[in-house]
Amino acid sequence: MESGENAFLTAFQLIVGMDPVLTGIVLLSLQVSLSAVLIAALIGLPLGAAIALWRFPGRGLLITLLNAFMGLPPVVAGLLVYLLLSRAGPLGQFGLLFTPTAMVIAQCLLVLPIVAALTRQVVEDLWNEYAEQLQSLGASRLRSIPTLLWDGRISLVTAVLAGFGRASAEVGAVLIVGGNIDGVTRVMTTAIALETSRGDLPLALGLGLVLMLLVALVNGAAFLMGEAARRRAG
Amino acid sequence: MSRLELPVSLLPLELREVGFRHADQNLLDGVTLRLGRVGKTVIMGPNGAGKSLLMRLCHGLLRPTSGSIVWHGAGRLGVQAVQHRQAMVFQRPVLLRRSGRANVEYVLALRGMGRRERRRLAGEALERFGLAAIGDRPARVLSGGEQQRLALARAWALRPEILFLDEPTSALDPAATKAVEDAVQAFHEDGTRIVMSSHNLGQARRLADDVVFLCRGRLLEHTPAEHFFTGPASAEAAAFLRGDLVW
Amino acid sequence: MIRRIRRLVLGLLLLGLPGGVSAADRHITLASTTSTEQSGLFAHIIPVFRNSTGIDVRVVAVGTGQAFAIARRGDADALLVHDRDGEDEFVARGYGQERQDVMYNDFILIGPSQDPAAVAGADNIVDALQRIAGARVPFVSRGDDSGTYRAERRIWELAGISPSGSWYRALGSGMGPTLNTAAGMDAYVLADRGTWLSFGNRQNLTVLFEGDETLFNPYGSVLINPERHPHLKHDLAEIWHRWLISDEGQAAIASFTLRGEPVFFPSGR
Repeated sequence: MESGENAFLTAFQLIVGMDPVLTGIVLLSLQVSLSAVLIAALIGLPLGAAIALWRFPGRGLLITLLNAFMGLPPVVAGLLVYLLLSRAGPLGQFGLLFTPTAMVIAQCLLVLPIVAALTRQVVEDLWNEYAEQLQSLGASRLRSIPTLLWDGRISLVTAVLAGFGRASAEVGAVLIVGGNIDGVTRVMTTAIALETSRGDLPLALGLGLVLMLLVALVNGAAFLMGEAARRRAG
Repeated sequence: MSRLELPVSLLPLELREVGFRHADQNLLDGVTLRLGRVGKTVIMGPNGAGKSLLMRLCHGLLRPTSGSIVWHGAGRLGVQAVQHRQAMVFQRPVLLRRSGRANVEYVLALRGMGRRERRRLAGEALERFGLAAIGDRPARVLSGGEQQRLALARAWALRPEILFLDEPTSALDPAATKAVEDAVQAFHEDGTRIVMSSHNLGQARRLADDVVFLCRGRLLEHTPAEHFFTGPASAEAAAFLRGDLVW
Repeated sequence: MIRRIRRLVLGLLLLGLPGGVSAADRHITLASTTSTEQSGLFAHIIPVFRNSTGIDVRVVAVGTGQAFAIARRGDADALLVHDRDGEDEFVARGYGQERQDVMYNDFILIGPSQDPAAVAGADNIVDALQRIAGARVPFVSRGDDSGTYRAERRIWELAGISPSGSWYRALGSGMGPTLNTAAGMDAYVLADRGTWLSFGNRQNLTVLFEGDETLFNPYGSVLINPERHPHLKHDLAEIWHRWLISDEGQAAIASFTLRGEPVFFPSGR
């Protein structure tokens, strides 16, 4: 229990002290996870919508795979990206391993199935309601995708937030492809893992509290945006 | 605004022996029908007679499993015009989660119209259907009657040559029904061909120029309204008009 | 909608894809072990190296086995590990060009202060482990591919014991997590002195046996073969390799202390 109290104190000191190292780690965490979520959303939202709207052979298999990949272990995602970006791997010549870009790619791989699978569900439900009307108005399926995504925006924000939650919480993938390099690829979760293995449990837990606060702030902002959108659009 | 001034018309619309089978059932069978350039046709019949299905087939949302549907102007106007020159208002309109005005502007954008033109025409349409004051509210929070009028305004903005309405007032109270009927009348006055389904006899009497009577997937009558209401040819129509249970 | 997408893309650009580093800055990537990184050694010596050469060193701290794998695949410019046999093999197979002694520390036997297996009075480390096996008291092992684990296996072999049973727990974790586990279980554990000195969650654990020369733990720097991986920054890596055994490098290593104790002892020529 002692370390628990220390953790709150440590978290408080970390936040109030605006420690430059911690600030750097927090900013990199946000930058990596938000970039990964943004890219995953730019791909996953239209992809999920397309799977919802079109019938094609292998669609059931694709949906099953997508749902299964929502549970992809971060370590496996990290390993796949590591093998891909390693000098001996197919994308080795770009020298991306142990950079924040590699971390973005790995997290993107984790977030994309979540965003795409949840989007597929949301858009398919909407499509059942909208299909006839949109067809009557003369909207093609392709043209219907942005319309449906926009009308499903309140549910889709939740899908994207679920993706952000996964990205900001995982440690396995960024540890492997980022290398937890001090000042370069060290983010909140890898810093927490490091402090835990150094036995500095109060600092580890303190960092954990800061991370939770951060995730709560992002979710809170998204919630307020969603509420505002709900009020505007009914 | 009159469609009669247009050099080429999509109409008449001709259905030849149109049938629709689904799950081993003939939902519509051997329907032959010709709809001319002007007028208000009301499709009547008991529930399940195939009224909605017939309009969906005409509108192109579904394809007949037998027979053919021919737009006489299609050859000269092209496939796209067939789609663009018609509109449909559903029993329960699907409005997008945005303002009423944005709903109207959306369909104009689908037709490739520029931003300023969209704004102008949407404003005009809202004005025309008495929605100017509430046009900036979210469409989904409007009352049922307002939503249906917005669906009409949206259709009107497209300046369709023919408008299909599927039981547009069945879920509305009398005041809202009156407003929708007035709107249909306004369409008619602007030269739009009206095809509307209804099982409300009073509404059919008020609006219909001619009546199509369907029963169990078959077309039993297509006659001018005064003939239909005074001397129906089929026993089923007569029973329907008496208020007997027909199915 | 299009405007919205445009705004989104703009936002992405403003956010700035955290990318690779600019070509101008000079740095090498060093694959090394968790024990060296976690002790704080690198945080102590790298600034000295940077000041003197203008080259930054980015440390990827992993288990020794993984460090070898990273270096074999050409993902690190330099290698600093503590597995003499492994390092020699790495060079023999042509992955490394040259291996160099840099420093050493030692392994120590940690355990609960009550010392139920009475290892404190053991003659040597082999005797100590035999006592633990005989008493069947809990012992946790790294169980990974680390230098520490390899050293532990060598001692068990010397003791003629292949440890198994419920008292022997192989974790598959780094040194820190293994110490955390030992603290939680009141178990014995073989650890490197650097990690132990910097470890904060000791609870009831204490050093029970040390000083046997079998526990000697040498660290070596390996220069990677440029013919295998021509893309690597060999010139910078060589500057680092030479600096480690230079007077300045060796002095920097010697001046690193934890709780007033030196942690690594320079052994470069």
